[in-house]
Amino acid sequence: MAVDGKERTTGSAGLAIGSGSRLTRICVRVVLLLGVLISLFPFYWLVVMASGTTQDIYSYPPKLVPGPHLLDNMGRVLDTVDFFGSLFNTVVVAVVGTALVLFFDSLAAFAFAKYEFPGKKFLFGGLMVTYMIPAQLSLVPQFVTMAEFGWAGSLNALIIPGAANAFGIFWMRQYAQNSLPDELLDAGRIDGAGFFRLYWQVAMPLFRPALAFLGIFTFISIWNDYIWPLVVMIDPDRVTLQVALANLNVLYNTDYSLVMAGALMSVVPLIIVFLIGARHFLRDLAAGATKM
Amino acid sequence: MATVADPAEAGTPAADERRPVRRSRATAPGGRRRHGPPLLAISPFYVLFAVFGAFPVVFSLYLSFQDWDGIGDMRFVGFKQYGWLLEDSVFWHSVLNTFEIWFLSTVPMLFLALVLAFLLHSQVRFTGAYRVAYFIPNVTSMVAMTVVFGSVFAQTGLANSALRMVGMDGVGWLSSEWGIKVSLSIMIIWRWVGYNALIFLAGLQAIPTEHFEAARVDGANSWQTLFRVVLPQLRPVVLFAAVTSTINGLQIFTESQVLFQSTDVGTTGGPGQEGMTIVLYLWQKAFKDHQFGYGAAMGWLLFAIIAVFTLINWRLVSGSDREDRAGIRSLLRRKGARNGR
Repeated sequence: MAVDGKERTTGSAGLAIGSGSRLTRICVRVVLLLGVLISLFPFYWLVVMASGTTQDIYSYPPKLVPGPHLLDNMGRVLDTVDFFGSLFNTVVVAVVGTALVLFFDSLAAFAFAKYEFPGKKFLFGGLMVTYMIPAQLSLVPQFVTMAEFGWAGSLNALIIPGAANAFGIFWMRQYAQNSLPDELLDAGRIDGAGFFRLYWQVAMPLFRPALAFLGIFTFISIWNDYIWPLVVMIDPDRVTLQVALANLNVLYNTDYSLVMAGALMSVVPLIIVFLIGARHFLRDLAAGATKM
Repeated sequence: MATVADPAEAGTPAADERRPVRRSRATAPGGRRRHGPPLLAISPFYVLFAVFGAFPVVFSLYLSFQDWDGIGDMRFVGFKQYGWLLEDSVFWHSVLNTFEIWFLSTVPMLFLALVLAFLLHSQVRFTGAYRVAYFIPNVTSMVAMTVVFGSVFAQTGLANSALRMVGMDGVGWLSSEWGIKVSLSIMIIWRWVGYNALIFLAGLQAIPTEHFEAARVDGANSWQTLFRVVLPQLRPVVLFAAVTSTINGLQIFTESQVLFQSTDVGTTGGPGQEGMTIVLYLWQKAFKDHQFGYGAAMGWLLFAIIAVFTLINWRLVSGSDREDRAGIRSLLRRKGARNGR
């Protein structure tokens, strides 16, 4: 599997798109750039709206360049909602949730990939079954369960239920089978290391690339999750960023520049996280996505 | 759950004497060891799944036969619950809306993603930057982007301003039946095109170069190469994308919920409830109208619909057998001879 543009084979030439005349090549470029513009335009538009006034947004002809009010609008967001509180909740849930997923999933994957134990086939088949269940099927009873636990409204409800998942176990197991040599583990055993030491000192360092993908993937999913925190965080003063933004959108729907500044503030941290890990993440994306 | 700690302490001479060195068994390392640690290692997932996955599923089946507002006593109503659901015109409306939005978004999205993947595949430079740009829509929060699109599609928003500039009338993007469905679909397409294009691109890059060579040697033109070499090999990936898009598409919630959110509960799903989807209706019934049993029953019907689709897709996948290279070659020979190339 080619990783990025530099490692391309000549296979693409066989498709003959873009390998034809100069004109064709230029057309392909133009279409691709147009696609990039469409992908990025909503972000640009978000910045324009967040830095203007509400009148600007609906003026005709529309103002297409950013205005001078970005900091005012952001300041008004801080005055209106507990932005840092909900940001803190989101960061805690995403960081702790991701750490737990990485730990539990890689630990289980290590056992599935490298050990024999009774019921292994059956248990692994059971993982498959968990995939078949759409998340929304048990939305109602999950909420009731949380209420019974006394977790409704607490961050536990957002962290614990998803602390281990089938997707991550599949992904890590595949990686462990392909890139964790038995000889290395046997060498560790000869030195007298047990299961957990082998996991921590031999397997974990080798798991790093696969953990990077799983970590970014999980972090993004948790950060952007909406329906579950919307349902389970029953205390309006204790919500995640997404729910806070949705509430801002309802309560101040006439004050567009305020809502847009809030939207911008909720998007920027995650985009930064993504851009930092983008290269590693996109390298594994296709392999990871088709594991499902 | 048995918890047996491994008695061997690393590296101590005593441990080495106690434990004779075994020959390595590449096939089943640790095959004759105690099973405690690996079982303990996999237990977190199964414990969590039992409590937060399996139990709620069973519980939701039980709940779906009960009339319950979440606070008072449960009242057993049995299959009548499903009867009410099947007579509920809003439910059927939400099913129809979900399918319309799913169709309007999935078909163009997969087509555009394929086109993009081919174009990206023909580029050698810039792919890294392109990939990031195309994937960014997928990582940003749906809530924030729905807010942005909501303003673009508003009556005096950017979309209608653009139409006015070229002398056309504005469209009721968020107020008319098809306007609502089209704007929701545009959001979904914008979010998922890049993601699927990157998946298809990986599928394209996995096709061995020899196949293209063989096609070229046999004198296939680009269209023949595309339809007889590339698409057959890409078929599993495309089917996979179709399955996941369907499963995601039937659970549309956030876009519609945020777009038509208001302090008035009666307006869920927007004007004429044209944006009411199955999951949105489930959420409204369970968490706004406090009809927990009704919501649970709806969850099961949603599950049934998704299961049917998944089965159909499985049949499609297992019923396809890929042409091998020899087959491609002979096909191309025949075609090539006929085209006099």
